[in-house]
Parts: sequence; structure tokens; C-alpha cells
Amino acid sequence: MQNAHEIAFLLARFQFAFTVGVHIIFPAFSIGLAAYLAVLEGLWLATGRQVFLDLYRYWIKAFSVVFGMGVVSGLVMAYEFGTNWSVFSKKAGPITGVLLSYEVMTAFFMEAGFLGVMLFGMNKVGRGLHFAATCCVSVGTLISMTWILASNSWMQTPRGYRIDPANGQFLPDDWLAIIFNPSFPFRLVHMGLAAFLSVAFAVGATGAWHLLKARRQGRISSEPVRVMFSMAMWMAAIIAPLQIFAGDAHGLNTLKYQPAKLAAMEGDWNSEGRAPELLFGIPNMKTEHTDYAIGVPLLGSLILTHSLDGKVPGMKDFPRDQRPPSPVIFFSFRIMVALGVLMMLVGFWSLWHRRNSTLFTSPAFHRVALCMAPAGFLALLCGWITTEVGRQPWTVYGLLRTSQSVSPVVLSSMVVSMTVFVVVYVVVFGSGLGILVRMLGREPEEGEHDADPSHASDILATRTHPAIVDASAAKGA
Amino acid sequence: MMDFAHWLPIIWAVILIAAISIYVILDGFDLGIGMLFMLERDETRRNVMISTIAPVWDGNETWMVLGGAVLYGVFPGAYATLLPAFYLPIVLMLVALIFRGVAFEFRVMTRGTPRARHWDLGFMIGSAVAAFCQGSVLGGVIQGVKVTDGAFSGGSLDWLTPFTILCGLSVMCGYALLGATWLVWRTTGVLEASCRHWAGRLAIGLFTCIVAVSFWTPLLHAPYLRRWTEWPNILFVAPVPVLVIVFGLLLAASLRKGHSRVPFLCALGWFFLCLSGLGITVWPYAVPPTLTLWDVSSPPSSQFFQLVGTVTLLPIILTYTIYSYRVFRGKVSEADGYH
Ligand code: HDD
Ligand code: HEM
Ligand code: HEM
Repeated sequence: MQNAHEIAFLLARFQFAFTVGVHIIFPAFSIGLAAYLAVLEGLWLATGRQVFLDLYRYWIKAFSVVFGMGVVSGLVMAYEFGTNWSVFSKKAGPITGVLLSYEVMTAFFMEAGFLGVMLFGMNKVGRGLHFAATCCVSVGTLISMTWILASNSWMQTPRGYRIDPANGQFLPDDWLAIIFNPSFPFRLVHMGLAAFLSVAFAVGATGAWHLLKARRQGRISSEPVRVMFSMAMWMAAIIAPLQIFAGDAHGLNTLKYQPAKLAAMEGDWNSEGRAPELLFGIPNMKTEHTDYAIGVPLLGSLILTHSLDGKVPGMKDFPRDQRPPSPVIFFSFRIMVALGVLMMLVGFWSLWHRRNSTLFTSPAFHRVALCMAPAGFLALLCGWITTEVGRQPWTVYGLLRTSQSVSPVVLSSMVVSMTVFVVVYVVVFGSGLGILVRMLGREPEEGEHDADPSHASDILATRTHPAIVDASAAKGA
Repeated sequence: MMDFAHWLPIIWAVILIAAISIYVILDGFDLGIGMLFMLERDETRRNVMISTIAPVWDGNETWMVLGGAVLYGVFPGAYATLLPAFYLPIVLMLVALIFRGVAFEFRVMTRGTPRARHWDLGFMIGSAVAAFCQGSVLGGVIQGVKVTDGAFSGGSLDWLTPFTILCGLSVMCGYALLGATWLVWRTTGVLEASCRHWAGRLAIGLFTCIVAVSFWTPLLHAPYLRRWTEWPNILFVAPVPVLVIVFGLLLAASLRKGHSRVPFLCALGWFFLCLSGLGITVWPYAVPPTLTLWDVSSPPSSQFFQLVGTVTLLPIILTYTIYSYRVFRGKVSEADGYH
């Protein structure tokens, strides 16, 4: 019996991690893409150049698909707190539930309210109003990010609450302290930059693909393709270094407020000064040792405390039952950082090509940019895994254990729901990804059509799948 | 009397019921149109049906997110008992809404390929299953939930009874009626005519369901029966059944006479009355038959902070929601497809 409960608990965790892990890909895409669309439409209005309108219309189709998937996967999240973590939601609801409600009222309604106008309203409202609608959607995604990160950061570094002695509920005392808790500003900046970077590399890869294709077909690449590639590479060159800077600041903040998490990220067992930075190793939670460690002397202290003999925490400072699982976050953290450095190098490389006027003519660079398509999203997921697994064994850091947050849902129901979620997510979001890839495989045209469904047949790869279009045309005739 | 701890939950209960009603009405016609897809096989007319809701469905669904968030923030005790109690139907509903939601884009983007059929099917089945689950959860709340020490303590299939199945079917029928009358309002020609026809059938079905649920509900718990039969309550509750009949007659007449907007308004009237009747029945319980609103609510500091935001933001939200509906107003015909 005890055992069934344990498995149900593990499934509840796995299910939450799986559904939120899928969800976050789409918001990150939406946040970055909405901002990009607002910039494109603004540039079009300001300069009147057709290329910006073409790009706007090209990317808005991808946006409508991504946004739709973000909405449906987010709906699941809003109810999953109650289905999987009922004890957590009962105790923390007076704080996290209120923040979520504000998110709905200030962000979700705004995004949804103006999305219709943005997607289908170009011919119904004036240009100015349409631009305003695009901006509202973009701002909505940013507001949404702000609230949900306030909520998540409060769970990491809780402030401004009291605990009701009668039932263990968290009672809000000071809303400003709750929202502006110590890790919130760092998380907000780091996540916002992550969303922009992810989209920069997705857009850049799309551009690179069409540059390569044009080269293979022996023609000159079109203007929209060059503009999109160039814009994306500017973003990469500017945002990637900023992100590393933000990540470093975030790490210092974690050192201050969640030292156990930091020790586990670094794979350090003993608290010491002049600590090395491990590049590789396999932390072993049982023997309390990191095996096969390869480290750079002194670098650990230098990065974490910005001084050579600064003291960094070790996991042995904390009781065994309060240590996060180091083997997971040791690696997720390193993957994120490695990808971040790689993205910065690609950004700098693009500057070099730009100076030599070879940005649009270097196939080697285009191939690298194409391979970097998923890099942003991967780094972002690894970052979240570091943050969330590093918070274990707590849901509200230091106050409420994950094992005491779970719902009284029986194992059989958990197994059913887990299976259903995995199957449905693979089918639905897998198809969505397929649609997206085919959509972006079609080159943007001059005089690109609207997102209007009556032009559906040219939204998808007309060039790559002429047979399909012919077949449907034949049927229609 | 300025007793916050007493009044805040009452104010919030009213707001929550209003939010749920708005959701039921708005997403009701979306889901209804999803179900009516089964009756309309013509591709062009299906596109017209979809295009009347494509620009607004996301906003409609957001009311459901609001309902969940308000429950979570203001009545966390109810959120934490009801969601585990209805775990399976809620998961099923979420999955159904995933299929329904992505179908708007996917069926267009895959048009001309065999896969487009699958997303149409997902749209229909998703809509039908979501409607059924919502109805049976609603029925399950009325029927009551087993609670020990403030937490759900029943089995995972407790919710599944003949009563909740009836409620599920009623909501399916009701949503389909909303969808049909919405299309009567927003479309022309052949489609409008078939919707008129369907609306008549569905109205008869829904009326039957309303009668059955109304007679069954008071038999579930003694307090429910007392609420509807004791003096002086009768004075307040008697108008509800009378108005149901009035709206029914009006609906029948307007469908026959060719009015375009009145049938939809009558269907809305029915929904409004049913939800009020439901509120009257279970008041003041949040989780019948044990937990009242006050047992499950969050501390006044949370409720107050959230109330300030809600009172300022809801009017703004309603304003731009109405604006975006107005941008896409007017009849949609087969000729103009989308714009
Ligand atoms: C960094 C940003 C971010 C993060 C961490 C999350 N979300 Fe999200 N969410 C968004 C950013 C976002 C967004 C950008 O606002 C979305 C994406 C696409 C969209 O439609 O809005 C969205 C959609 C979205 C929706 C649908 C809104 C609608 O109907 O329009 C819900 C209910 C949630 N989310 C709820 C959650 C919950 C409960 C989360 C925590 C586990 C969560 N999201 C994590
Ligand atoms: C969007 C990006 C996010 C990702 C990728 C993510 C990932 C994860 C992962 C991997 C876990 C499982 C940890 C474990 O059980 O070992 C988890 C747990 C959890 N997360 Fe997140 N998370 C995200 C955002 C959020 C946000 C924004 C919130 C709250 C506002 C949140 C609340 C929770 C809760 C309540 C749990 C369950 C308890 C637990 O297992 O710790 N998460 N998340
Ligand atoms: C290369 C330098 C980077 C450093 C030093 C760094 C540092 C960090 C640290 C320390 C955390 C954990 C915060 C915590 O304690 O909870 C974190 C989380 C995270 N990282 Fe990074 N990061 C870097 C690059 C990136 C890149 C390139 C991305 C994505 C494109 C990214 C996305 C994230 C996300 C989404 C999170 C989780 C949310 C959060 O806590 O902010 N990071 N990062």
C-alpha cells in the first residue's frame, strides 16, 4: 500500500514535469515571436518597405500555430496544480493562486482578446489599430511571464508570508515582498532573454536553411530571407553575451539564497575556499563523492564569489534529506552553460562575417546556424530542470516538502492520466511540430499572403509538395 | 456590517458564478458548433461555421482559466477537494480541449491532405467529450463529494452515476443548441436554414433534460428539497420554472418566424436560469454536502487583494472583448469565407 502511494507520487511529479516541460517551449516561442512580429510591423509602418510586411505575414502563420499549442498546453497547467498538488494548492493557493488570477486578468485576456484582430483583422481595422493589437499581444506575453515567474520565484525564495498555525496555510502579509522576492528579478531577466535567444536561433536557422537552399539551386537568395537571417544574427550577437552576464548574476543570487542547490549544481561536497570548477564528474549521492572529476583549480571560487579564495558551499553542509539530486542538475546546468557559450560564439562569428561581407555567402556558417535551431529551447529546458530539480525536496523552499504537497489521487488514475497525456502530447504536439517545420520549409515570398485560412493551400509547402496541392485542386474542380 | 471574513466569500461566490456563466455561454457555443460539425458534412459550410468562432474561441476559453484561477486563489479548499475528486473527467476534458483547440489551426494547415480529416474528427469528438465532462463534473458537484478532514476521501469513479451522465448529456444538448442558435444569427442561406431546423430539435431535447434534472436534483439531498418547497423560499424560486417555460415558447416562436437574433438570446436565457437554479440549490455550499464557502476560502488579505484587481480589470477586459467581437460582427456567408 505504502509502495503504491510512492509510485503515485513519483508519477505525479513526472507528469507535472512532462506537461510543464512541453508547455514552456511554446510560451518561450510566443514571447520571442510576438516581440519580433511587433518589431517587423513597426518597421513596415515606419519605412513602408514591403519586405517587412512579407516577413510579418510569413511569421504570423507560425505564430498562430505556436500560440494555439501554448494555450491548450497552458490550460492543462492551470488545473494540474489542483489535480496533482492539492495539498500544495490548498496551503499556497492564497498566494500562488492570487498571482495566477492576476496573470489571467492582466495577460491572458489581453493576449486572447487581441489575437483575433492580429490574425484576421488586417483588412478590418486600420493599420494603426492593427499594430496596436500586435503590440498588445506581445506585451501580454511579457506580462504573463512576469506573473508566473513571480509565483515560481516565490516558491524558490518565499517572502512576505506568515504561516497559519491552525492549518499550515501561507497567509499573505506583504504583497510587494511576495512579488518582488529575492530571486524574481534575476529569474525574470534570465527567462526573458532565454525566450528572445530561442526565437533568434529558430528564426536564424530558418533563414540559414533558405540561404543554403538558394545556393544549392544556384539562385540568389531573396530579400526577406536575408533580412530575417541578418536580424536574427544581430539578436544572437547582442543577447547571448547579455544572457551569460545575467546567468552569472543569477548564480550569485542562488548562492546567497539556495546554497544547497548551488552545491548540487557544482557537485561540491565539502565547503571550501579556493575551490575548483568541475568541468566533468559524476556526483554520487550515496558515497558523497564526485567521481571522475575533472576540474580547473580556483575557477569555482572565482566564478561563484568573484574572488580566488571565496568559500563555496558543499552538500555535506546540509542534512541528507535536504539535498537536491545532484547528478541531474550537475549535467543540466553544464548543458545550459555550454549551449550559452556556443550561442555567444555563433553571435560573434556572425559579426566577423558581417565585417567581411560574407554573412549571406558562407555555407559553413549557414550550416552551423541551421544546427543551432533547437539550441535555445534546449538550454531553456535545461535551465528549468536545474531550477526546479534543484529546489527539491521542497515545493516551497525550506517550508513545504514535495512529498507533503501531493494529491490523494490513487495509483490507477495516475497511470491512466499519465498514459493519456504522453500519447496525446506526442500525437498533437508532434503533428504541430511537423506542420511548423513544413511551413518554415517554404520560402517567404514577395507579396506574402495573410494568415487568412482561405489561402491555406499556400501556407504549407507548395513547392515541396506540389502533388498534394494538385490533388486537392483536382478534387475541387 | 463590515465583517470582511463573512462578506468577501459571498462577493467572490457571485463573481465566480458570473465567470462560470460567461464561460459556459461563450465557450458553450464554440463547443456546440464543434458538435454540429457531425451534422454538416459540406466542407464550405463547415469553414463558415468555424470562421464565425475562430477569432474569438481563445478569449472564450480564457474564462475557464479565470474560473480555475479564482477557485485556486480565493477558494483553495474547494480547488484542492474538487479537482482530485473529479480527477479523471477533468483530465479527459483537458485532453479533449487540446484536440478542439489545435484543430482550428491544424485543419487549415493540413487542408488538402488526408490528415485534415483527422483534425476535423478531433474537433468534433473533442468538443463533444469536453461538453460531456463539464456537465458531469457540474452534476458531480451537485450530487456531492465525500470529504474527510477537509480533503477528498472518496473513490476515483464516485462521480460516475446515472445522475451525472444525465447532466453530461444535458450540457451537450444545451451547448449544441447555443451553437445552432449562434449560427442562425451569424450565417445565411442553407446553413442558416439547417441550423433553424436543428435548433428546434435540440430545444425539445434540452427542455426534456431540464425537466428531468429539475425533478431529480431535489431528491439527492434533503436540504435541496427544502430550498425549493418551503415557504417563503417558494416566493423567490417560483419565477425560475415559469421563466423557463416563457423562454421556451419564445424560442419556438422566434425560430418559426425567422428571427435571427432572438433564438440565441432565448437559449442564453435558459442557461442563465439553469445556472441560477443550480446556485439556489447548492448555496451556501462550495463542496456539497460538507464544506461551505467559508470553510474553503482563503484569508481575507488574499481575497481583498484579488478583489481590488478584479473590480478594476474586469470592466477593461469586457470592453476590449466586446470590441473584438464587434470587429468580426455581421453575417458570414459562404462567399466571403473569412474576411
Ligand atoms: C515564461 C513564461 C511562462 C511560464 C513559465 C508558464 N507560462 Fe503559461 N503561458 C505563457 C507564459 C508562461 C504565455 C506566453 O503567456 C502563453 C503561451 C502561449 C499563450 O497562449 O500564452 C501561456 C499560456 C498559458 C495558459 C493559456 C492561456 C490562455 O488561455 O490564453 C495557461 C492557463 C497557462 N499558460 C498557465 C501556466 C501555468 C499554470 C504555468 C506554471 C506551471 C505556466 N503557464 C508556465
Ligand atoms: C515553465 C518552465 C518550467 C519547467 C520546465 C519546470 C520543470 C519542472 C520539473 C522538471 C519539475 C519536477 C521536479 C522534480 O519533481 O524533481 C517541476 C516541479 C514543479 N514545478 Fe516546475 N517547471 C516550470 C515552471 C514552473 C512554474 C512557473 C511553477 C509555478 C508557478 C512551477 C511549479 C512546480 C510545482 C508545483 C512542481 C511540483 C512539485 C515538485 O515536483 O517540485 N513550475 N517543474
Ligand atoms: C552561459 C551562461 C549561463 C549561466 C551562467 C546560467 C546560469 C543559470 C543559473 C545559475 C540558473 C539557476 C537558477 C536557480 O538557482 O534557480 C539558471 C536557470 C535557467 N537558465 Fe541559465 N545560465 C546560462 C545560460 C542560459 C541560456 C543560454 C539559456 C537559454 C537560452 C538559459 C536559460 C535558463 C532558464 C530558462 C533557467 C530557469 C529559470 C530561471 O531560474 O531563471 N540559461 N541559469
